[in-house]
Amino acid sequence: MSALITRRNFLRSSALAGSGLILAGCDQFDFLGSRENPVRHAMEQANVLTYKVQRTLIGDQTLAREYAASEIRQGQRPNGSTAPSTPEYMFLQMQNFEPYRLTVKGMVEREVSFSLAELRNMPARSQITRHDCVEGWSCIAKWTGTALGPILDMAGVKPQARFCVYHCYDNIQRTLTGDILYYESSDLVDAYHPQTILSYGLNDQALPVSNGAPIRLRIERALGYKQPKYLHTIELVDDLSPFGRGKGGYWPDNGYDWYGGI
Amino acid sequence: MSEAKDAAGKGPLIYRQSIWTRVTHWVWAICLFFLLLTGLQIFNAHPALYIGQQSGFEFENAILEIGAVNTPEGPRGRTTIFGNSFDTTALGLGMSGTAERPAFTGFPGAVTIPSYRDLGTGRVVHFFFGWIFVATIFIWFVASFVNGHIRRDIVPRPADIAGVPRDVVDHATLRFKHGRHYGPLQKLAYFGVFFILFPLIVATGLTMSPGMDAAWPWLLDLFGGRQTARTIHFITMLLLVTFFIIHIVMVLAAGPINELRSMITGWYRASPGTPEAEGDKP
Repeated sequence: MSALITRRNFLRSSALAGSGLILAGCDQFDFLGSRENPVRHAMEQANVLTYKVQRTLIGDQTLAREYAASEIRQGQRPNGSTAPSTPEYMFLQMQNFEPYRLTVKGMVEREVSFSLAELRNMPARSQITRHDCVEGWSCIAKWTGTALGPILDMAGVKPQARFCVYHCYDNIQRTLTGDILYYESSDLVDAYHPQTILSYGLNDQALPVSNGAPIRLRIERALGYKQPKYLHTIELVDDLSPFGRGKGGYWPDNGYDWYGGI
Repeated sequence: MSEAKDAAGKGPLIYRQSIWTRVTHWVWAICLFFLLLTGLQIFNAHPALYIGQQSGFEFENAILEIGAVNTPEGPRGRTTIFGNSFDTTALGLGMSGTAERPAFTGFPGAVTIPSYRDLGTGRVVHFFFGWIFVATIFIWFVASFVNGHIRRDIVPRPADIAGVPRDVVDHATLRFKHGRHYGPLQKLAYFGVFFILFPLIVATGLTMSPGMDAAWPWLLDLFGGRQTARTIHFITMLLLVTFFIIHIVMVLAAGPINELRSMITGWYRASPGTPEAEGDKP
């Protein structure tokens, strides 16, 4: 047996369905964009879960995929800051980065700093990796630099240190009250990862200004915003709240998740 | 078993949907609503899809691009699929809003959360519901395996496959059987959603994670690269939206009150003549 549906009933219900499907604009969920909203705050805990699960699932030393040279099919697409305009940076740029120093400070046994020439003379690592932007695009390039881990060891990281804060030269945002400088941070797992390098070379050339000269940090298992350009100081800390708006990075301060592994 | 046809011409009231089926169904409905609208927000951050590991900026591997172009008549929304360009202003793709205040986004703000451009918030909400969605899939598979829902109602049997042509004719002529079990097309649709689309959209979502690509590099090989995975994620979304539309039309065509009742209380009024079984109500 079968139930018969009259054409009129069918048309009437279809029209009902159609009107129900038309959304009257979806701005009723715009409150989730407010970072003080408790619902949003609760939802952000999902990112903490993602961080913990990925740290459990992914071995601390597990490498990001490295590609063949034939996969380099284009230049590395610059994004974010591409020409910092702070006086400090413009001076360095004019001097061809001769006076540049990379400083490691904070919760370390001894503050250390290195010139670009010293960094270039350290054991080098080259890796052809895929850069994944939070926006959704990817770009494969060859990055050359020296591993961050041994440099941290030279400074002697104190046991209470939990994070590296990466301070950068670029004024990512200019406001009426002054420049906002880019900064990022990572846990020590990412800092000591074998592919985490202070890169000074890109596709067998000196790292260009648009891609972060003189030094860009690579954290290959995270999104592009976790790979700070124009890096000058690495500060070991046990708390990220004193920096910026307290979320551990310029983009995390603006609503992105801190971990950036997905 | 006897023919159950009382004076009013009603079939038996049967307990059709278990509590596991009903709860997971509504949790998914909420999750998929938010995942879709925040997914379109995330897509809008870079409204293009590619094939391969990377996105071609200096070479061509895009299969879809949504943007806006300037024309002598003013700006227009433009969508390019496999090299063919279409003016999609009328659909709100590439350009939407009013003539005085046009918005230049891939998908219009009416179908994104938030309605304005905010990738960070889109990601927070997307991943929150992503976790709930995946947890609910896990619960559903365990419960439905244990209570026999998968074996009984989801996996098509040879008889179901043989019954497809007949079921197609029945659907085309709007004759719906309200039996004790799902029909052949119903089984195939749900099988496709649970065993193909749900796993596919989760796995391609994970392939977009640089962290997961390090842990499970086979994901990249399985889908042919991160950008291909992103494209498959998008196509799977389109298929789920298609399923949703058909699902709603079928609910309305088959009797929305009865269908909704069965998904809320579990009890379903079968067609007159449906053989009675133990546990049925008149």
